[in-house]
Amino acid sequence: MLLTCPYCGPRDVSEFTYQGDGNRQRPAPEAQDLQAWNEYVYDRHNPAGDHNEVWQHSGGCRSHIRVTRNTMTHSVSSAVPARGDVHHRATERRKPGAKA
Amino acid sequence: MVERLSPLEPVYRSGSHGRFEDGVGVILSETRPGSIVQVASWPGEEARAIAAIRKVTGLGLPDGAGGGVVDGEKAAFGFAPGKFTVVDETEGVAAALAKAITPTIGTVTDLSHGRTAIRIEGPEAEWVLAKFFAIDFALTAFPVGAARSTTHHDVFAQIQRTGGDRFDIYVFRSFARSFWKALGHAAEEVGFEVA
Ligand SMILES: [Zn+2]
Repeated sequence: MLLTCPYCGPRDVSEFTYQGDGNRQRPAPEAQDLQAWNEYVYDRHNPAGDHNEVWQHSGGCRSHIRVTRNTMTHSVSSAVPARGDVHHRATERRKPGAKA
Repeated sequence: MVERLSPLEPVYRSGSHGRFEDGVGVILSETRPGSIVQVASWPGEEARAIAAIRKVTGLGLPDGAGGGVVDGEKAAFGFAPGKFTVVDETEGVAAALAKAITPTIGTVTDLSHGRTAIRIEGPEAEWVLAKFFAIDFALTAFPVGAARSTTHHDVFAQIQRTGGDRFDIYVFRSFARSFWKALGHAAEEVGFEVA
């Protein structure tokens, strides 16, 4: 599998580190909502299809990148710098069964 | 200044090695620059960092990811967004850059003793490196002056093309000896000379 780093261009997946589901929204550090923390730590969509992910080009420029990867085909439809609009597709708390 | 010892010293053997009877494919050497400096600019401050590097070293960095410039034994290149490596054969460049790059522009880190610079040069340089790194070494894809950040297994490497068939590779000092030995093994088939 190749990932196209926005800075370095296409590189082998072995140069990257998976940083997790890009839909997660971390509650504020002082948040007391245990349900929100539970969802942040445990709940994942696990979609069969396009999935928002955060990767780091740890074996290259070390940038974090926001990737949309199809979990069935591994095709990557988007890879952009994570800096900036990090939670652009995850502004609401997710419901069970919701799309990624 | 503190005298610098090469981590390659116990395994550095000048002369010809491997299948050199049919010609020397690559020449390996350690360039031992006096200064290896990392400049990291804050977002939006890249242009001021590039201007400061030009003021201190005279090196004009081109725009764009992985862009770089070589002038004799001086070189500079981008290796990550807003981050640059500056190399000079003289010592003291980190101090000069630290004066020019104020805390509002970014940071300067002196890596002169933390990195080892290995040069591979010759008609088979692309071939030998292509066995090490999964990137395109063709001149059209990787022009002179440009640089790439990549890894050989877990050995992180910054590679700058400093000539048509010449590459300078910056690796962590602690990995340098093992990397050097591996590079020698990879170069045996084409015949290599240690300068
Ligand atoms: Zn990268």
